Amino acid sequence: MEACGLHCTKIKNISVKIENQVIIKDVTFDVHCGELTMIIGRNGAGKSTLLKAILNEIEHDGTVEFIDMKEKKNSKIKIGYVPQTLNIERNMPTSVYDMCASYISDKPVFLKKNKELYEKIKANLKLFGAEKLIDQRVGNLSGGELQRILLSIATYPIPNLLILDEPVSGVDINGTRDFYEILSNLKDKYDMSIILVSHDLELVKKYADKVILLDKGVKKQGTAKEVFDSKEFKESFGF
Amino acid sequence: MELIYNILEAVLPFEFMQYTFMKNAFLAIMLISPIYAILGTMIVNKKMAFFSDALGHSALTGIAIGILLGITNINISMIIFAIIFALLLNMVKNKTSYGADTIISVFSSIAIAIGLAILAQSGSFNKYSSYLIGDVLSISKTEIIYLAIAFVLVLVFWCTLFNKLNAVSINPTLAKSKGINVKLLENVFAIVIAIMVMISIRWVGILLINSIMILPAASSRNIAKNMRSYHGFSVLFALFSGIAGLIISYYTNIPTGPMIVILLGAIYFITLSMKKLVNK
Repeated sequence: MEACGLHCTKIKNISVKIENQVIIKDVTFDVHCGELTMIIGRNGAGKSTLLKAILNEIEHDGTVEFIDMKEKKNSKIKIGYVPQTLNIERNMPTSVYDMCASYISDKPVFLKKNKELYEKIKANLKLFGAEKLIDQRVGNLSGGELQRILLSIATYPIPNLLILDEPVSGVDINGTRDFYEILSNLKDKYDMSIILVSHDLELVKKYADKVILLDKGVKKQGTAKEVFDSKEFKESFGF
Repeated sequence: MELIYNILEAVLPFEFMQYTFMKNAFLAIMLISPIYAILGTMIVNKKMAFFSDALGHSALTGIAIGILLGITNINISMIIFAIIFALLLNMVKNKTSYGADTIISVFSSIAIAIGLAILAQSGSFNKYSSYLIGDVLSISKTEIIYLAIAFVLVLVFWCTLFNKLNAVSINPTLAKSKGINVKLLENVFAIVIAIMVMISIRWVGILLINSIMILPAASSRNIAKNMRSYHGFSVLFALFSGIAGLIISYYTNIPTGPMIVILLGAIYFITLSMKKLVNK
């Protein structure tokens, strides 16, 4: 399916204050379906805070609206999220099945495996080429493997907006390329909007449909070239 | 209850089973151990060992405040205080950027100091000092029935909410994005631990309660591969040490609580060396 361009997520005037300190102020931008929007900014620019606000995890002002122009209505947005890290140590007795099942089902994972659920999770992992990992311990996975698993959790059920926090750290070049290919397929196939926070400007240049430069507020937005050539970009990163 | 006693005598025809206090203690251990073993799995995963320890210490404060307010049933004052204590801890932990261990330590020391001060001042410390070590042999029939009810409630809680708890412990933000009410769940979990600790503290003792909660899960973690074996081994270790501890203490005059913890400690080091061997 081609991106229809008829769904739009409007991020409006998001502001966050923590202990009287302004972390981000009046962040406003639109995310269109079938588009990979990448957020860049120096350390402490408020990137992770913005994601948490969009996910409604922290107190914030402003709104996140999802508009379906096909049906001409505002509908409730479904957001998928891929975190940066997990609170899982190497020896933690949590298998991939345990983790996936915990997020998508209420059938207690400490009892006997539910066959139907097991097959469902396996089928879902298969979409990301990770079905063989289902019985492995999460703590033993490589960075790239873990990302695929997390993507499979975030996209079940299929969200309107997928948010990824700095997803490609500790993954080799091939792994990174595969990962962005998966993302690209997702946005085309399901008409998904994707917001991704990244530190790696080379990757941003290569893969972003749209770039947002954040520094407490939106300093500049546009194509990668437009943003990278701007004076705001140079000011923010001190180049 | 008579029926259960008769069954126990028939199934375990040993000398020690003739005594009612041993039968009661046996039943109590059969109920307390598995509950602690399963709650412990999540406490260890969430790195809350220090939290449950602090809760145990707050028992004295609960008793003391109860006496001060003239509440006759100390169980009620202990439970209410522990719930408030647990919720307060959660709240402060979420609001500040200090490490959780520092905050828990601050709360725990204040609680125990206030408890000791009030108890000593009112001259009732000696009466309650037995709470420090606990005595499972003094448990009564009615109290076993309470424990059985708690046992069922915790199992129901665990079967309905375990996946969500696990999801939150792996990554709260991800859990939140799946529509899980993270704060509510953390508070409910803290309340369940608070209640369980308080209803069993008289039998287990303030000093040992945390070992019984943490050690089975910690040992199980050394060898388990997934959530099923994690729970299975944890319950197995808890039941084995509980019952073996009770029997050994009957024949050797070593208090039951410490004997159970010694066995659990031994299991911990055995599983730890098994893990080392496997990893080599």
